[in-house]
Parts: sequence; C-alpha cells; structure tokens
Amino acid sequence: MLLGADDVRRAISRIAHEIVERDRDLAKIAIVGIRSRGDVLAARLRDAIRSNENATVPLGSLDITLYRDDLTRIGYAPIVHESALDFSVDDKVVVLVDDVLFTGRTIRAAMDALVDYGRPRAIRLAVLVDRGHRELPIRADFVGKNVPTKPTDDVRVHLTEVDGRDEVELIARERVNA
Amino acid sequence: MRWSRRHVLDTDDWSKEEIEAVLDTTGAMVEVLSRPVRRAPPLRGRTVVLFFAESSTRTRVSFELAARTLSADVVNISASGSSVEKGESLYDTVRTLQALGGDVVVMRHSSSGAPYFVSERTDAAVINAGDGWHAHPTQGLLDAYTLRGALGDLAKKRIVIVGDVTHSRVARSDINTLVPLGATITLSGPPTLMPSAWRCGQAPPGTTYEPDLDRALDGADGVIALRLQKERQEGGLLPSLREYTRVWGLTEARVSRMRPGAPVMHPGPMNEGVEIDAAVAHGTRSLVERQVTNGVAVRMALLYLLVGTPTLEAS
Repeated sequence: MLLGADDVRRAISRIAHEIVERDRDLAKIAIVGIRSRGDVLAARLRDAIRSNENATVPLGSLDITLYRDDLTRIGYAPIVHESALDFSVDDKVVVLVDDVLFTGRTIRAAMDALVDYGRPRAIRLAVLVDRGHRELPIRADFVGKNVPTKPTDDVRVHLTEVDGRDEVELIARERVNA
Repeated sequence: MRWSRRHVLDTDDWSKEEIEAVLDTTGAMVEVLSRPVRRAPPLRGRTVVLFFAESSTRTRVSFELAARTLSADVVNISASGSSVEKGESLYDTVRTLQALGGDVVVMRHSSSGAPYFVSERTDAAVINAGDGWHAHPTQGLLDAYTLRGALGDLAKKRIVIVGDVTHSRVARSDINTLVPLGATITLSGPPTLMPSAWRCGQAPPGTTYEPDLDRALDGADGVIALRLQKERQEGGLLPSLREYTRVWGLTEARVSRMRPGAPVMHPGPMNEGVEIDAAVAHGTRSLVERQVTNGVAVRMALLYLLVGTPTLEAS
C-alpha cells in the first residue's frame, strides 16, 4: 500500500492550500477533474477550498476519450462519457486534476480538450500520485506523493465515492499483462 | 460493453445494450456540439465517403457535419452528375470506392439491401443511410435518443407511429430500436398502407395495429408521423390526400388526446397540412427540430464507434 485513507485526506487538504497559495485570486480559479477518478478528487479539492477559504470555485469534469492518442493500442472504441464544463474557462486559472501522473499522455489529451472550451489564463496540474516515466514534457504543479515505480508496475487508486474505500496501492509486475 | 460491429446496416438484430451504448455515446457528442469549438479529433486522417444514390439533403448534410466535427475528411458522391447516371453498375461504383480507400461509406440507395451488397465487397465500414423500404437505422436511433430525452426511460411507454407504414424504412427502424428499449408501439394509418400480415394480427413483437387514429392516440406517450409520399395516391392506395388528412392527419385536437405534453415527432421533410397540421408541427409538443440536432450527434456516435480507432489488424 502506498497511501492509506488518512494520507489521501492530508494530501488533498495540503494541495487545496497550495492551489490558493499559488494563485491568490480565488475568483480566477477553476477546478477540472479528468474522468473517472480525477473528477472525484476535483470535487474533494473544491470542498476543501470551500471550507478553508469560504469561497466556492467552479468545478468541471472532462472525458478525454476522444482526444487520446493511444487508441491504437487498445484496439477498440471505448465508450465516451459526457464532459461537464458549464462555466467559461476564458481567463481562468484552470487546475486539472488526475489520480496518477504517468506517461503524461492523458494530460496532453486533457489540455487539448480544455482549449476547445476557451483560452484559460493558465493551466496547472494536480495529481494524487506521480509515478514517473514521462513520455512527454509535462510536470505536475501539485503532487500528493512522488512514487518511484518500474514502468511495468501498476498503481491503483481507490476512492470511496467509486470504490468504497480510500487507498492507493502499488502492484509490482515484471511484465505488462496484455 | 465493448463495441464489436463493423457496419451499421440494420438495427433489427441489435441488443438493448448495443442500442444503449450508441445512445449514451450520443449524449457525449451532444456535449461536444455545445462547446465553443465544435470539433474533436478522433477521426483525424480518416475519410468518410458519402454515397447518396437517392436524393437527400438533410441526412447527407447531417452525416457531413457529424464527420467534419470529428475531424474526418469528407467526399461526396451523388447519383446525379456522377458515373451512376452514366450507367455505372453498383458493383463498379463499389470497386471504385474501394480503390479510393475511404474508411467509411455512408450510403443511401433506393434498392432495399444495397448496403449489404456493398459491405460484402469493400474493406470500409458501411453505414446505411436509408435503403428502399428496408431500414434507416440512424433515424431509428435518433428518434430513440430524442424520445428518451423527452420521456426518460422508455420502458412501458406507448408510442404511436402513424402513416404509410408499408413503404416506410423509418417505421421499421423505429420499431427495431424502440421495442428493445421497452416501448410498445401502436401502428396506425390506412389499411392499404399497412403490411397485410401486420394488419391481420401478425404485427411484429411489441407492436399492434389500430386503424382508428383517435383510439390509438388516447393516453399515448408520444407520436411519430410518417411522411406521406404523394405518389401513393397516384398508385391507387389512397382515394385523396384530403381524405388522408381528415382521417389520419395530426391536428391539435387529435394530439391533445395523448398524455399532457406528450411529444410529436416527424422524420422530415414534412408535408404540412397533409400528415401534420402546421400548428402541431411548430407547436409546443413538437420535437422536430430537436430530432435534426440530435441526428448529427447520433451519426457522430456511430462514426466514432465504427472507426474512431483503428482495429488491431489495421494498426
């Protein structure tokens, strides 16, 4: 196990503070989660900011299926889910939220999707776990925990809202299962 | 659910899960269409050939918008002004399409079954955009999506389809799509325009025939009016258009026999004053324009599911 329920709670609370520290103008901040675990974390960050600062920042979610560049490797069309971004991202500091940062391809796709909604003043990235092995020049601004992994390892994030418990586990694998 | 179909020829053998997968994907496409930049990249570098051997503006434009929104290249081949008019056979046209290398062939043809013929002779994915009296699967799916948006879950909902059912590929595809989703269908219209087995107690599962439109509409959850082809009168199947309108036309008084707010739909183009009154066509119950908008999203969903990703063999 990499993170337990308390670790996840502390990480989110810390990142919520860091986000506001970095961009003090709360009226400019928006939180956007990447489906299907990042949107859960994004909602928790929004709640944490609300209780810390007594201010509600806009919350959205992105489904990046249409923007992925690794579909050839999956070989079939995954079902696309609806994105929900009902505020203008123009001139906002958008904090993208995902559970695990790995190759960076998901984030690249999310940024492509995001700019189709407008022109944010800045895009920042918050992740619960950074496991390394980037294939694109992308880094996170806010990290819950940096974890050294092998490329073949599997990092699984469980969140109460979808999985019934908060936990991050590392499953060591010698080879990737096809 | 994992999508596994290569073509969309008819929905008559689709499972409820497959239909729902398309409708759920359609919801995501509606959202894409609402963005400031109405474009997403999954069909980048792909070519969609629109082969319309029977005239159609709306369906063709709808497919073209759908393909372009997903970043595909679009090539149009219509019957008039092409080699089809010069006497080229369907087989030769298919060979040409194959040699041009399109990834998807969207086709409309006046012969029932023509898309099957093409799908067996090309590597492209084939989408049937209407073939003869047989099927118009994207219309059935967009009607299901539109009804689901208005009524929620379609289980136990009763939908009336009124008009020339015999010659209607829309009616067949609506039945094939709505019945698996749990709806029941009441068919209405002149007996001369109803398949004889269907009006003699052998209607397809989930459907019944009720020649009296007023009785069909009583308490219904929605109605779909079919377009009346004016040549049916010349064929002797109708005494006169006026009589058709009097007995089977949708008027304000008739549609108010349905549940309050029950929607009215029409695949277009409408003969206002024949199968539907202008007041009904543009009234508060009318979902006709919503059908057009949803049509683009449904077609995007199918294009994405068929070729949004290269197959493993191709890559």
